[in-house]
Amino acid sequence: MVSTEPVGAYQLITLDAPAIASGAEPGQFVAVAVGGPETAMLLRRCFALYTADSATGRIQIVVAEHGPGTGWLVQVRPGSELDLVGPLGRPFTLPDTPGAAVLVAGGYGSAPMFDLARRLRAAGSAVQMVVGAGSAERLFGVDEARVVADSVVVTTDDGSVGVRGLVTDMLPGLLGSPGVSTVYACGPMAMLRAVAGLATSYDLPCQVAVEESMACGIGVCMTCVLPVVGADGRTRMVRSCVEGPVFEADRVRWKDVGTLPGDVVGADAMDLR
Amino acid sequence: MTGTVVNMATSLAAVTLGNPVLTASGCAAAGRELAPFLDPAHLGAVVTKSVMLRPRSGRATPRMAETPSGMLNSIGLQGPGIDAFLAHDLPWLAERGARAVVSIAGGSVGEFAEVAQRLVGAPGLALLEVNISCPNVASRGQVFACDPMAAADVVRAVKAVTTVPVFAKLSPDVTDIVAIARSCVDAGADGLSLINTLLGTVIDTDTLRPVLTGITGGLSGPAIRPVAVRCVWQVHAALPGVPILGMGGILTGLDALQFVLAGASAVSVGTAVFHDPSAPTRVLAELRAALAARGFPQLTDAIGLAHREPHR
Repeated sequence: MVSTEPVGAYQLITLDAPAIASGAEPGQFVAVAVGGPETAMLLRRCFALYTADSATGRIQIVVAEHGPGTGWLVQVRPGSELDLVGPLGRPFTLPDTPGAAVLVAGGYGSAPMFDLARRLRAAGSAVQMVVGAGSAERLFGVDEARVVADSVVVTTDDGSVGVRGLVTDMLPGLLGSPGVSTVYACGPMAMLRAVAGLATSYDLPCQVAVEESMACGIGVCMTCVLPVVGADGRTRMVRSCVEGPVFEADRVRWKDVGTLPGDVVGADAMDLR
Repeated sequence: MTGTVVNMATSLAAVTLGNPVLTASGCAAAGRELAPFLDPAHLGAVVTKSVMLRPRSGRATPRMAETPSGMLNSIGLQGPGIDAFLAHDLPWLAERGARAVVSIAGGSVGEFAEVAQRLVGAPGLALLEVNISCPNVASRGQVFACDPMAAADVVRAVKAVTTVPVFAKLSPDVTDIVAIARSCVDAGADGLSLINTLLGTVIDTDTLRPVLTGITGGLSGPAIRPVAVRCVWQVHAALPGVPILGMGGILTGLDALQFVLAGASAVSVGTAVFHDPSAPTRVLAELRAALAARGFPQLTDAIGLAHREPHR
């Protein structure tokens, strides 16, 4: 660990991890062991990469403390070693032809969006960012958004910064503007669902990075599944760690997340009485 | 004695293994996902996730809850079904020279037998582990491993169709695990896998409801290790000639050594993989070093040793 510092409600952690930094792409994540060598917390905590710099070999993650595992992580001091697996998961993909991209981020879900914005602009796309959170201290990276994006809209639920309201309140105007060709989103599931619905109504391709609870992060435990429609039109319970965390938004059956729809492949074999 | 070269070879019934460390059913998928972290051919065998006849979606989420030194899972045996398993999963292991212990499950005696039948002659198949003890099935009251007669029926039906050794995987959630073990062996089981998860529940004190959609889940991890070692001990004491594949919360080589000393001929490393994807190969190296440090020329000398009177 190179450094650790509070940023608003979050902890920004910088790590020397050249093997991860060299191959990582926006949307990928790392799985971090928590609690030290004798830990009673066996499950890794997964964090989207905020930055991954192959030149310096450094990566950064943004941690929101919400339990004993993240509580331990935010207390780790610089110089300590962390046990990481990564980079994991499928990253965002860039459009085949440059256009105008709208990037929507909720809370610390903005973490992977800055590298994505830089790559989009390097490839010739214009980038508009919508960054929202419950309150000012739960926003992450607004200043950086102003650097990496062509335009930025900020929202807070309580109106403490920017426009009072939800990020999705801003989208009808943005998505309807001429030239907008693609949407990317990362944040809470309810936000992603709303963004996905709006993108569909404007007939725009949309990629979302989901945040499902994971036990392993590498595709073996089957806990992070959600119902996703495949190329064959059939829905399967799909692992968000290896087949995601980035999905085409119109493939995810948002209203069925957390349920087992009867037409999912193999639901008929469950024999749930 | 740390310079001792320990012969790690062992056997499970008629199957000889180069070493005694395997993956555990449900904690390694069918091996492919672990390939970035370990060479499946270097393990004693890969134990694949329980496969059933048809594709199975598994339960709705949440399927997992972390617990002290462990976790609850309520996956519901999500899997591709035997056709896809035979087409995609088993050949991948065979091509890499990995031995496969295929865990099979069924909702009925007939389904167990049909899955076993489909696996006859499959490449790389070394052994069948019959999962009669998964807690995440619809008819929990009828988990086969909770009833000596039902357990025996499944074992007999599988034995009648397969040509490889059959191990029955038992649940610790019974009054007398030795009685179930004896019933399985009498029905023809070549060995026993001990233990499956214990049934547990966690309630979310914010939502005031169970965390898991399935309400109950299987408890695994180091939290259950003493229960598992006790089961291996009891069954080995009662049935010393029956080979045991031991599992339940093994994180280190010394954990594995406890199972061997209690009577296990080999061990499966399960939940530890979620914490450390290379855990099986690490446990193998640690077990080898631990045996060397204690002067054992071969692993088999340690199997069941804890049951013998200490030298004075």
